[in-house]
Amino acid sequence: MIAELGLVALWLAASLAALQLVTGALAQQVGGDELAVLTRPAAIVQGLLAAFAFLMLLVVFGQTDLSVKLVAMNSHSEKPLIFKLSGAFGNHEGSMLLWVTIMALAGAMIAAIEHRLPEKTMLATLAAQAFVGLGFYAFLLFSSNPFERLPTPALQGQGLNPLLQDIGLVFHPPTLYVGYVGLSVAFSFAVGALVTRQVTPDFARIMRPWVLGAWIFLTLGITAGSYWAYYELGWGGWWFWDPVENASLMPWLAATALLHSASVLAARDALRAWTIMLGVVAFSMSMVGTFLVRSGILTSVHAFAVDPERGTFILALLAINIGGALLLFALRAGTVAEGKRFSVLSREGALVFNNVMLSAVLGIVLLGTLYPLVTEAFNVRVSVGPPYFNPVSAIFVFPMLAVMAVGPLLRWRQDGMQRIGRPVLIVALVALLVLAGGWTFASIHLLPLLGLAFSAALAIAAFMPLRGRNLRLLPIATWGMVAAHFGIAVALFGMASESAFSKEKLAAIEAGGSADVGPWTVVLTDVVPTAGPNWTALEGQMLASYEGGPPIAIAPQSRNFWAPPQETTESALVTRWNGQLYAVVGRETAEGRWQLRLWWKPFVIFIWLGGALVALGGLLALIGRVLADLKRRTVKARAAERRAESAA
Amino acid sequence: MKRWTLWVPLTLFLGFCVLAGYQLTQPKDDFVVSRMIGKPLPDFDLHAASLDRPALASSYFHDGKPHLLNVFASWCIPCAAEAPQLEALRRRGADIAGIAIRDRPEDVADYLTRYGNPYSRIGSDDLSQVQLDIGSSGVPETFVIDGKGIIRYQHIGDIRPDDVPLMIGKLREAEQ
Repeated sequence: MIAELGLVALWLAASLAALQLVTGALAQQVGGDELAVLTRPAAIVQGLLAAFAFLMLLVVFGQTDLSVKLVAMNSHSEKPLIFKLSGAFGNHEGSMLLWVTIMALAGAMIAAIEHRLPEKTMLATLAAQAFVGLGFYAFLLFSSNPFERLPTPALQGQGLNPLLQDIGLVFHPPTLYVGYVGLSVAFSFAVGALVTRQVTPDFARIMRPWVLGAWIFLTLGITAGSYWAYYELGWGGWWFWDPVENASLMPWLAATALLHSASVLAARDALRAWTIMLGVVAFSMSMVGTFLVRSGILTSVHAFAVDPERGTFILALLAINIGGALLLFALRAGTVAEGKRFSVLSREGALVFNNVMLSAVLGIVLLGTLYPLVTEAFNVRVSVGPPYFNPVSAIFVFPMLAVMAVGPLLRWRQDGMQRIGRPVLIVALVALLVLAGGWTFASIHLLPLLGLAFSAALAIAAFMPLRGRNLRLLPIATWGMVAAHFGIAVALFGMASESAFSKEKLAAIEAGGSADVGPWTVVLTDVVPTAGPNWTALEGQMLASYEGGPPIAIAPQSRNFWAPPQETTESALVTRWNGQLYAVVGRETAEGRWQLRLWWKPFVIFIWLGGALVALGGLLALIGRVLADLKRRTVKARAAERRAESAA
Repeated sequence: MKRWTLWVPLTLFLGFCVLAGYQLTQPKDDFVVSRMIGKPLPDFDLHAASLDRPALASSYFHDGKPHLLNVFASWCIPCAAEAPQLEALRRRGADIAGIAIRDRPEDVADYLTRYGNPYSRIGSDDLSQVQLDIGSSGVPETFVIDGKGIIRYQHIGDIRPDDVPLMIGKLREAEQ
């Protein structure tokens, strides 16, 4: 019954999306706005119905209703409740329903609270949102029905991939999805603005908080995903340039560029066509990423169940949505009047430069991800890995970081080098000092060394915009920028330091034996069997001491899940302010020794702290923008009141 | 902005659609595997990838004994993860020749000191040329080569502890 309720809600939501599309599109015709009053309510109810359908899916998973095919395929009655619930979106159908739900809720939100744009643009935006949504509804209802029943209920479920039975993975996919799908709002705004040719600073101001919101979630999602891969896969790495990771990085790069170009459009009425294009590209990257992962045309450790039919369906959706938007862009963007001019040495100049650099990195990641597909068409198989991605993206990232350090110091429109000469000199000196120091006293590879130098310079430069300002009067959004830029410096420091200073030890030792890694001494006291709710494990009990200090007990495990059967490594971590000890226990080798893999990773935690800071910066900027907006609205309302009073 | 530049994004996207559409119509089975199994190892002559192991040429595989050929790289994390299994295979009598892909001698040396060196010989394949010729699509991969230089089995991805008996079995089969 519950599954049927969900399915009915899904069909109703789809029909409301159709209504929303038709009424919104009709309103673009002269005299076609009779039904336009229905567009916003349709969007809101559609959002509620989609959310209800998703709730029903959570319920069938929570109850482990094994007559529902999806539950039988992906869940198991002997699983903690939290993982039963997360199992609802740990599979293709459920995650597509989550996608549609977020998309519908985002549409409902703009329909409910966004009243600042010209109504015609707003209706076009809602129609675009409904159009994209309809495609995904069709996909769900015709090819990936999450509520499908089995002819006879299964006796037991097949379980959820044990790698996914981790608390991090409960929050990671929804967070990332809010980010991916939140960008659909920017996409729809861009399409709406193209339809009505209304690309104004106001448009950028209105789109910006929505992009910021999605971007914050994307940043958090990527950061959390990277940390999950780091401690769960047991390989000690934090970024693998895997197609799925790239699929999350590409929308982030596009959204980052979009945020900054929207700022230029909002403040200076320049970069109109570019901002529109980024609005289209950002969500397109979300969809392309989804396609690459779901169609199975790229192999990845993250691969979902592979199905060419699904791939064809998503590709058709992509062709219609992205192709349509880009066609509209090609036809219309030329008629959007070019924005204001500015000189190269100005805030806009720096932002444009970094927009181009971000786009270049995006291009490089996209190319590297797709390259195996291109060569495969000629029957040559290649794998593209860090030797390509790291140096090639560095070519663009480091100039971008340099400009990022200086850009916020520049004035809008035009500036002179003499005004910012001294701060630039200080920042450059810091970078050079670190470079020289690293070069002479430690043999560090070029990229990590550059990373250390730039992170030091950027950490100082991030605070330079505060100089000479009254901190109490500083807009919250500016604090946001400072926090986000400082976060980049912090993350960069973590990455460079992990790469330059990590120590690693692979040892096979008997119980009672010890191994040294960096400043740590690790004693393996015992290896004991242990059990959890749906797994058994061998636990390596160890005492780790830092530079001969007090011993800290750690217990990495090698776990065996039985539903489905799979082995996972649970690493054990000891976090200090200056780094992390990372321990993994492996198999018993023939001579009664145990394989230990130990890493000392100085400052590695800064990578994710930095990511969190960047997200916090986004949050501050969002709060600042929204508050400023509310203030502006109250001021306007009061002015209108006064005008009315004086008229009366 | 010039008018024609506005068409660039659409053109690029259409290129992507053509490529993706073509790939979707291609069967996704491991055709590389079936293509090379039963065929002789192509001729190659690689220079040494590290100082303490000799170089590797295809003639090495014609000595009448079966060998494992492991394709790895110092920058490849799953390769490090499979190192203990390679060591286990070596202890159980397997001769393992290695090909290091797109690597530098100092990186290989560093990798071998960290993860152990189960290899009898290591060739350096700087441009992935040999890797592609033998039908390997990524790192790590391990081939079972019989005494006449014929490829008998291909293992794609890292060798997990559970795969060790399988690899030993394949080696035994290749002996006959």
